[in-house]
Amino acid sequence: MEVIAIKWFFACNADDVPENGGACVKFEDEQIALYNFARRGEWYATQNLCPHKKQMVLARGMIGSTGDACEPKVACPFHKKTFSLISGECLGDEDYRIKIYPVKVSDGKVYIGIE
Amino acid sequence: MAFEKRTVVVIGNGMVGYKFCEKLLAKSKNFNIIVFGEESRPAYDRVHLSEYFNGKTADDLSLSTKEWYQENGIKLYLGDPVQEIDRENKLVHSLHGIRRRYDYLVLATGSSAFVPDIPGVEKDGVFVYRTIEDLELIKSYAAKSRSAAVMGGGLLGLEAAKALLDLGLPETHIIEFAPRLMPRQVDSMASLLLQSKLKKLGLQMHLNKSTTQIHGAEKIETLQFGDNTSLRLDMLVISAGIRPRDELAKLCRLEVGTRGGIVVNEQLQTNDPDIFAIGECALYNGMIYGLVAPGYEMAEVVASYLCDVQKSFTGFDMSTKLKLIGVDVASFGDPFINEPDCHTIVVEDTNKGIYKRVNISKDGKYLLGGILIGDADNYNMLLQTVNNKLVLPPDPEDIIFGSRNGANEGAGVMSLPEDALICSCEAVTKGAICSAVKEESCTTIDGIKKCTKAGTGCGGCVPMVKDLIGGTMKEQGMYVQNTVCEHFDYSRQELLDLIKINKVKDYDEVLDQFGKGDGCEVCKPVVASILASLWNDVILKQDTIQDSNDRFLANIQKGGSYSVVPRIPGGEITPDKLIALGTIAKKYGLYTKITGGQRIDMFGAHVNDLPFIWEELIDEGFESGHAYGKALRTVKSCVGSTWCRFGLHDSVSFAIEVEDRYKGIRAPHKIKGGVSGCIRECAEAQSKDFGIIATEKGWNLFVCGNGGSKPQHALLLATDIDKETCIKYLDRFLMFYIKTADPLTRTATWLNKMEGGITYLKNVVVNDSLGIGEQLEAEMKGLVNTYKCEWKEAVNDQEFRKRFNHFVNAPKAKDPSLQFEEMRGQIKAKEW
Repeated sequence: MEVIAIKWFFACNADDVPENGGACVKFEDEQIALYNFARRGEWYATQNLCPHKKQMVLARGMIGSTGDACEPKVACPFHKKTFSLISGECLGDEDYRIKIYPVKVSDGKVYIGIE
Repeated sequence: MAFEKRTVVVIGNGMVGYKFCEKLLAKSKNFNIIVFGEESRPAYDRVHLSEYFNGKTADDLSLSTKEWYQENGIKLYLGDPVQEIDRENKLVHSLHGIRRRYDYLVLATGSSAFVPDIPGVEKDGVFVYRTIEDLELIKSYAAKSRSAAVMGGGLLGLEAAKALLDLGLPETHIIEFAPRLMPRQVDSMASLLLQSKLKKLGLQMHLNKSTTQIHGAEKIETLQFGDNTSLRLDMLVISAGIRPRDELAKLCRLEVGTRGGIVVNEQLQTNDPDIFAIGECALYNGMIYGLVAPGYEMAEVVASYLCDVQKSFTGFDMSTKLKLIGVDVASFGDPFINEPDCHTIVVEDTNKGIYKRVNISKDGKYLLGGILIGDADNYNMLLQTVNNKLVLPPDPEDIIFGSRNGANEGAGVMSLPEDALICSCEAVTKGAICSAVKEESCTTIDGIKKCTKAGTGCGGCVPMVKDLIGGTMKEQGMYVQNTVCEHFDYSRQELLDLIKINKVKDYDEVLDQFGKGDGCEVCKPVVASILASLWNDVILKQDTIQDSNDRFLANIQKGGSYSVVPRIPGGEITPDKLIALGTIAKKYGLYTKITGGQRIDMFGAHVNDLPFIWEELIDEGFESGHAYGKALRTVKSCVGSTWCRFGLHDSVSFAIEVEDRYKGIRAPHKIKGGVSGCIRECAEAQSKDFGIIATEKGWNLFVCGNGGSKPQHALLLATDIDKETCIKYLDRFLMFYIKTADPLTRTATWLNKMEGGITYLKNVVVNDSLGIGEQLEAEMKGLVNTYKCEWKEAVNDQEFRKRFNHFVNAPKAKDPSLQFEEMRGQIKAKEW
């Protein structure tokens, strides 16, 4: 069994991310979109790059949920492609997929996990 | 042997004459059709004549055009009535000397208004109510009259009275010979209720009055009645019945009735087998049918006969439903049958002004007829019940009391038999409508009108057709809902009303109270727009529900940069301000371009730079241009009277005034306006959501135009109004749009979907027919008075400024992926 170690880095204070919206975090050369889903008391993180036209904007998109199971999602501000915040799958189009990062919050500080 | 077309000559180009041509053409191309019409216009809708004073033009009332006749090979002679029929040689001779042979002759000469033989009836100021020409004469005479009366309190007389009210006459009377109004349709109790309602609207009624004389020097001054009373009047409109136009028939010795009318059999043939009579000139079984639906049925029978299809006319249901000055009046089946031949159920509610009477067969199984005043919502269903002999439920009073609530009515209509006649004007069955929905994908009223013609006559069946469309779609699993998204079961209009009534100001609260789930990229902008339109709060306070461009108060561009557009009201700018814009654009390395809206756009701003750029713009006296919002964009102007040699008025000043008034207002979609100083229209105002064009006497106001992918011209709302009135109408128009349109619907689409179209909109905005004008103006005033430049607010608030960064954990760093290229000496976004 392979154990994949997760390294947590400090992203920002919880207060810095607007409620029920996103903010973009810089980690080395990566851009990570961090979402404060306050309504559900949950945090999510994905790559900031929208695979559709390869633009660094997902953090600026609107989040919400869909379906009976209320699956959390984000919509890209450019062309409203929607992605599941749990699996990273594009909810309209089969072909796209975005990378998901684990998030933990403690003491009002947000940490994102990198493999 | 070459096939020779037979010739059908139609005498009369009224509604029924026109319909006959339409029907014959649809059935066969083997006829040569020639039409002679007495009036100078091609056929028009006489049924809706009273709308002529309500904003509709003669063109609006037209049933077709001269081009239609040409395209279909029909020779149409207007203003040229036939003078003589030579039956022996099968020839007709017209007034202007045209002579034509016929194989078949169809008389559709209609009727004329009956003018009783009262001394003085030839004086000035006495009119009849039948043609558009009559209406034009009435309109111009009314302009110099104070008091007018309609002689005749029947269907047409009450329509005429409404027309006089619409003309704004301060004193209007109705004079009726019988002891009640509409004596052929309603009973005395119904008439009493109708009278009290009409009285409230300012109409004065005189029943049991027979007019004996009209006094006056050369024009009418008083009416004298049989009971020796009299009435001072400036104008009289006679609407005391119709007399069939059978003069031609009499001249050529066709059989006519003793009281007029051309005698016909079940095939509408006269005593000459090659001559037919249809419409109001025909006398079938001793009866003249004064409604358009039986006329259309007669046209159908004759057109079929000529194509060797046997149909018969055996009489017609004369049930009617109409709205008289806002009062519903309906009469169906046998309204007068009484005990002991039947049972009657009567509801009289003097509180709400409702009277309903239904007559039921003695065994309680069948509905025989009835009368509805004040609430005729059930009319369609009740009529279907009578005509299709549907068995009544054990508690028949339920069908009278039951009001038209969606689920019940829908169910009722779907349970009708397939051959139930839904549209009697055009004889369209339920089966035909349902097939059109299922097989031809006609899922809108307009679609059904085109496919089946249902709803194109009097329009009374439209609610039922709507229910049929919805019911059929539901059955097919094609149920359509006009709801916002999966999180709200309401339309935008309903949601706006709920948010307003409950004074909710926060998206999460809206979702908690009226929605489900966690919202999405569809409903967040819709609710954000509603909240802005209702409460006018700074939108950055709820930034995460805003759409892509509103989120950072700037339009997002390729690469993730933003554009900056300061407001330049009316397109007027000083040299100093131009310099300021140039300086700022240079400092931040922005690309500049002049927009179609007569202002300047600056591209390539990093999100981090936006607050700094705007801080400098605000210092220079600029405000947000809202180019990023579903909001008022610009009000374009032409040069106008200040400089232009053609300008009638100062269009630039007016454009600036209007743009400054409505700046900041958010709406279901963007709003663009224009003001032109003369008819040359250099501001292109007619392609705007609202366009104002100067006239000699003031301004003309046009609404609901747009450019874009589906350009439409704006339509005329009001003429020759002053600036104050223009603003008043704009306040009402914009507020009405904001409150009732669906999401992301421009004003043009909103009007296209509006039942009643521009006529209805004019009524609401100009005539205040819904009585909401004051409220709309107050709501607009509220928005205007609470305007704040949102960029100024953003720039002066540290919390808001903090949001304008690309990296939350490196706020001063710019997005490294955002790169530019060069073109014509400026930057441009790198291709993606």
